[in-house]
Formats: sequence, C-alpha cells, structure tokens
Amino acid sequence: MMSRVVSALAVALLLSTPIGALDGDTAIHDPSTVIVEDGRYYTFGTGAGIPILASDDGWTWRRVGTVAEGVQGGLPTASVLTRGGQNTWAPDIIRSGDRYFLYYSAPAAQPKAAIGLLIGRTLDPSSPDYGWEDGGPVVWSDGVEDSNAIDPGIFRDPTDGRLWMVYGSYFGYIRLVELDPETGQRRYPDREPINVAINSEASIMIHRDGWYYLLVTHGSCCRGASSTYNIRMGRSRSVTGPFIDNMGVDMLQGGGKLFLGSHGRFIGPGHFGLLDLGDDVQKFSLHYEADLDRGGISVLDIRPLLWRDGWPVAGENLEEGTYQIESARTGTALELAVEGVPVGGPRGRGARGGFGGPPGAGRGAGPGGRGAGPGAPPPPPPAPIPPQTPEQVAGNWPSGPVAVRLSPYMSQAQQKWRFTPVPDAGGYPGSPYFRITIDGTGRTLAATASRELEVVPSFTGAPEQLWRIDQLTDGTYRLMPKAVPGVDEPMALSAVGSSKPTLARFRPEGDRERWVLKRP
Amino acid sequence: MIRYRTIASRLALIAFAGGLAGTSLAAAQAPESRPPAPTLSAPASPSLPADEQGFLRRWLVLEPIPTTGALTQSAVRDLLDRARLPGALTDVPRAGDTVVVGGTELKWHAVDTSLYNVNLYHFAWALNLPTSNVLFWAVTVVDVPEDLVDVRLAIGSNAASVWWVDGREVIDIYDDRQTVIDDGVSDRLTLAAGRHVILGAVVNGGGATDFCARLLDANDEPITNVRVVDVGQ
Repeated sequence: MMSRVVSALAVALLLSTPIGALDGDTAIHDPSTVIVEDGRYYTFGTGAGIPILASDDGWTWRRVGTVAEGVQGGLPTASVLTRGGQNTWAPDIIRSGDRYFLYYSAPAAQPKAAIGLLIGRTLDPSSPDYGWEDGGPVVWSDGVEDSNAIDPGIFRDPTDGRLWMVYGSYFGYIRLVELDPETGQRRYPDREPINVAINSEASIMIHRDGWYYLLVTHGSCCRGASSTYNIRMGRSRSVTGPFIDNMGVDMLQGGGKLFLGSHGRFIGPGHFGLLDLGDDVQKFSLHYEADLDRGGISVLDIRPLLWRDGWPVAGENLEEGTYQIESARTGTALELAVEGVPVGGPRGRGARGGFGGPPGAGRGAGPGGRGAGPGAPPPPPPAPIPPQTPEQVAGNWPSGPVAVRLSPYMSQAQQKWRFTPVPDAGGYPGSPYFRITIDGTGRTLAATASRELEVVPSFTGAPEQLWRIDQLTDGTYRLMPKAVPGVDEPMALSAVGSSKPTLARFRPEGDRERWVLKRP
Repeated sequence: MIRYRTIASRLALIAFAGGLAGTSLAAAQAPESRPPAPTLSAPASPSLPADEQGFLRRWLVLEPIPTTGALTQSAVRDLLDRARLPGALTDVPRAGDTVVVGGTELKWHAVDTSLYNVNLYHFAWALNLPTSNVLFWAVTVVDVPEDLVDVRLAIGSNAASVWWVDGREVIDIYDDRQTVIDDGVSDRLTLAAGRHVILGAVVNGGGATDFCARLLDANDEPITNVRVVDVGQ
C-alpha cells in the first residue's frame, strides 16, 4: 500500500501523543500479537525502530522505547536490507523455547519487501539479558512476483507444535511457510510458499476444535476515519488450506466471513491477534484505524473472543450500566438477601393470561388468552408498572453488611446491580476494574475473608470490592474480585447451589462460575 | 439432649392459639386408616451410610404443625419463633418421643427413605395428617469419620426451609419452591470427626412437600463416606 509510508510517519508522530485508548498510551498501528512475560503485556507496532507498548495489567499501557534500541546497528539490519527496504512495519512475535522470535516487515517500494527475524531472550528492556540478535531475512518478495512480503503472522499448531508464518499484503497472495522452531528461519526454504488468500493483509492463523482459521484484514488502511479496514476469516481442516468462508467462497478467490467491521466511533479494525489467557478466557488484540473519541488516531484495543457455531465472534468489553446477574448454572439471579417487595404491589394468584378475570372466566381470560368469551367487553389496557427503586422498598434493609443469595429474577430493586468502572484502580486485558453496587445505592458487593460474599454499605475502593469481569468464549462472564482477604489464589463468583453464591476457583469445565449479564 | 415425653397415645391435639393456623390436627385427621408411605420405612439397622450421591436417607421427622401457609421470609421467621422446638437445637429425640409445640403434642417418627429425598407428603398423608400449610421439623445425626474442612450442607426443599448444623443456623430459603438438589447451601463449615446434628424446618404451602440433604466437600462434590447414626434406635 503506497499510503503506508505516509501513514507510518503519521503514526510515528502520533505515538508521542499521550492519548489513552484502553488506558494510558495506546496509540499504535499494526500491533503484533500481545505477548505476556512475567505478568507484563507487550505489543510491537509499525514505526521507526518498531515502537513497543507495555502494560502491567493489560489495561493501562505505556511506551517503552523501540526494538531498534536493543539491536546492534539499529533496524532494519543490514542482512534484511539486502532483500527489503528501510521501513519497519507490522511485526509479530512468538515465544519458542526460551527465546522470542520477532518478525518485522522491511518494505521498499511495493511490492519489494522482506520479513526479517530478531531473536531475544527477554522482553524486558531493563533486564541485563535484554537485546535482539539479527536472525536475517526469512521471506521476501522481489518486486515482480505476486507477493508483497510484509505483515508476518506467526502460528504454532497446537496439534503438533509445528510453526508457521502467513504473510503478504494485497499485491498477490497471502502466503504460508513453515518455520523451524529452533532457528526461526524457514524449515524448508527450497519449497514454494503455499498461497492461501488474496486481496488482504495482516493475516494470522488460529486453531480450535480441529479447524484452522485464517484471519485477514480487508479494505484500506491509513486514511484515518475514512479507512475501510475490516477483519475477515475462513477456515480449513488443514493448516495449508483451502480456507473457505461461511458462504463456501475460497479465500484464494477473495472470500472471507466478516469477523469485525467498523462500528460506533471505532473505524477500521485490523491486525487480529489472539491473546489466550487460559481457562476458556480468550481475547483478541487489534487496532482501530481511527478512534473518533481520541482525535481519530490509530489505537490498540483488546476485546473478548467468543465462539459460536464453529466461528470466532468478536465480543464486547463490559460497558458501564445496570445488569441482572444470572447464574448460567442455576438460572437464578444474584440479590441482596432481603425480603423482596413485589413489583407493582402484591397480588394474588389470578387467572393465567395476564390478570384475573371475572369469576368463572378461568384460565386465559386476559387479553389474548384462551378464555375470553365472545362479546365480553375488552379489559382496559394494562398500565405500565414503573421500575422498582430502592427508595420505595429499602426501608427494611439492614444498614450494615448484608448477605447475598440467588433467587428467581423479579425485577426487584435488590436484584439490579450497577457496574461502574473504577478510575485509577488498574484493570486487566481490555477493561478496568468495576465496582458492583445495588443500583441507586452505595451498597457494594465484596468478597470476605471466609471466601464468601457480602454487600457492604458503601464502596471504599478496597481490592475485595474491585471486580474483574471477563467474557468467556461462550458469551457468559466470569466475575472475580481483585483480591480476597487472606487468600492467595484467584477466585470467582460461583453458584454452589441454586440459592447460594460463593467464591471458588474458576472451573472452566462447568457452569458454576459462569454468569449471564442482562439488562433489567 | 432434652428429654422427650413418651406417651402411649395422643389424647388431644391443640391448635396454636393466636399464631398458627386455626386448623387442628385432630380436625384434619380422616377416620380411615391409610397404607404406609410408599417411599418411607422404619429404620432396621443401627446406622445408614449416605448413598452414592451423598444423600442422607434416615431422619427423625416430627408430625406436621399447622401454619398459615405463608412462605415469605418474614412469615417463616415469625413462624419459627413461635413454633420452635423446646430444648436446644442440638437435641436429638428418639423415635416415638412426643413434644409439645405451641400447645400441640406431636410425635417423632424415624424414617428411612428409598429415594434421595424424604417425601413429607407421603409421611403426613400416611398418618392421616395434613400435608398443606404445615411445618415439619426433621433431624438427623451424621457421623463423620475424619475432620472435614470447607464442607457444606446442601439441601433442597419444598417449600421454604431453615437448617442448623450443631445448633448453628446455616441455610435459610423462602417462598414457594420445589425441591432442587443443592438449592440451599451453607457457607463453608469445619466438621470434626464424630457426630454432628443436622436440624431442618420445612414449611409447606400447598401440594407436594419434601426435602433432600447431603454434605459437599471443598470441591462441591458429594461426601459419601459419612453415616447416619443414633436415629431410630
């Protein structure tokens, strides 16, 4: 893409602007897969010297210099320049054994380009072991062939441990080569690369349940809010393809099921990267070409990755709001353990069908019910029942800490929970910590030292009152306190019984710690 | 342990005055004899292990106490204040003992259930006693072979119920509900090796009524190596 040279310069300028995306400095273009070392998150992007973003929690990010600062002679290395050009774009990274392989694009005039390899032992620039050795060019395009050798995407096949690279950008094909896990170089340099897609860039592969998924980015980058970037995908039973989309179109013929397009004020998503946190928590990294709330710059984001009907689905990080918290195991909802007041006032058991009819009307005498007799005057239209608020019903609620329990949801005040991001309290990949309060009150859900739950009268900011909320691959949520007093291991909200919530180790094999969040 | 009076026959059953429902057990009794409860039998062994799912299947059940039928939290708490058993919550009666609750003399029956649950409807119906708008007390004694940490009592009940372990209230669930395995579950408990008394109060509105109970281990799995002892002998 001719415009990428210009855009790289623009991004380099923007990178110095302290504007938050997730939180902190998240300005980046073409981010690599997010990688974790010693609990710290890293990603690498397009720009002079390959800028590095790091985060201690996956929520608040900061710039930590460039890769070139750790490379003797700077970037691109002399060996890579023999095949490519002066730019340093769109890297990707993977750990292999006790080393990291960092691949970066070194394009000249399109489509002459090379992908170079750097090898390091740590990602921490402050470590005495930090530094990158030149691994040389891995693949390249000569400027004539149907290939533009940029945008590496590295994939380790979980079924056999083999390492693969997909690469390419619009001019010609997206190509696949196998890598040597020992050297990071091509395992079979004499073999022709395998063409797997066209008309795309920013490719990468993932695997699940016997399927290989090729994710690519379609559309145009680097035009700010006018960019048309969008992430597409196909799948195959073989790592070498063919990759077919949901409509049966081969990605070699331009196929691709939409994974994520522009939405809201986020324009041009691209450069998918899998962040697998284990325990059925998968996220993906990407950049938006333009975040309209941040001046239209390109920013990093991390979002939940869901799976539905054999395809990955882009989940949404939880938004501030009021929710009912329903157990996926039991179907019952979390509530303050106080006696509920019927919404709309108490009423007896009337006829089925909406409300009680005249004597003898029987079941279904309400509107649309079966029992409405011919000629009977229509009942007056039912008036809306206003939402129940704590002010109406909290008179009998204890003023101190109150237990919680699970009950059938009835839209009562003690069953509606407000999720509010807590500023400056840190977070986790994609989101800040939340406080969870009974809507309309300060009553705050908290973990106890006995690994149970209670609602305390007000929010203090204590770690047992801060909640991490991860959307799981099936769309349900895991709710975890930042800390449980006196307990070292992470714990999650759990339904040990239909009426009993507690805290327990997260067990992804079942539904005990899975919750459905619904708008009341 | 309190001493329960054992008497040969019950001469009069007096409904509670001014609190519980006005229907007396005597008035509810049908004259004809009824067949025994199909799922319940008298214990025939000194002890009974928990079944393979951990359910405790031997209990002492007190004849039902009439109530208003209200199942809300406040109504049940009020009922239990007025229909509390005499003595301590750790007392264990013998089968055939009687006790006066709210002015009514009621008899304890030891039962083994052939199912995972104790069918209180079967229990009361077979005795020609009311099954709706009633409170049942039930107690059992569990022998724990070793110290258990982070265990939980887990019950299901139709309908509302409150439960105690060794005299400490550990579960309360309210409102009209069916018996669901592990519906009400206690906080984590520590049970030392030896005997532990589990007491429950089950309040029924109308229709079927039953309960089930078992212990769960620290991983929420049923505990099966416990035995019910000292019940029914």
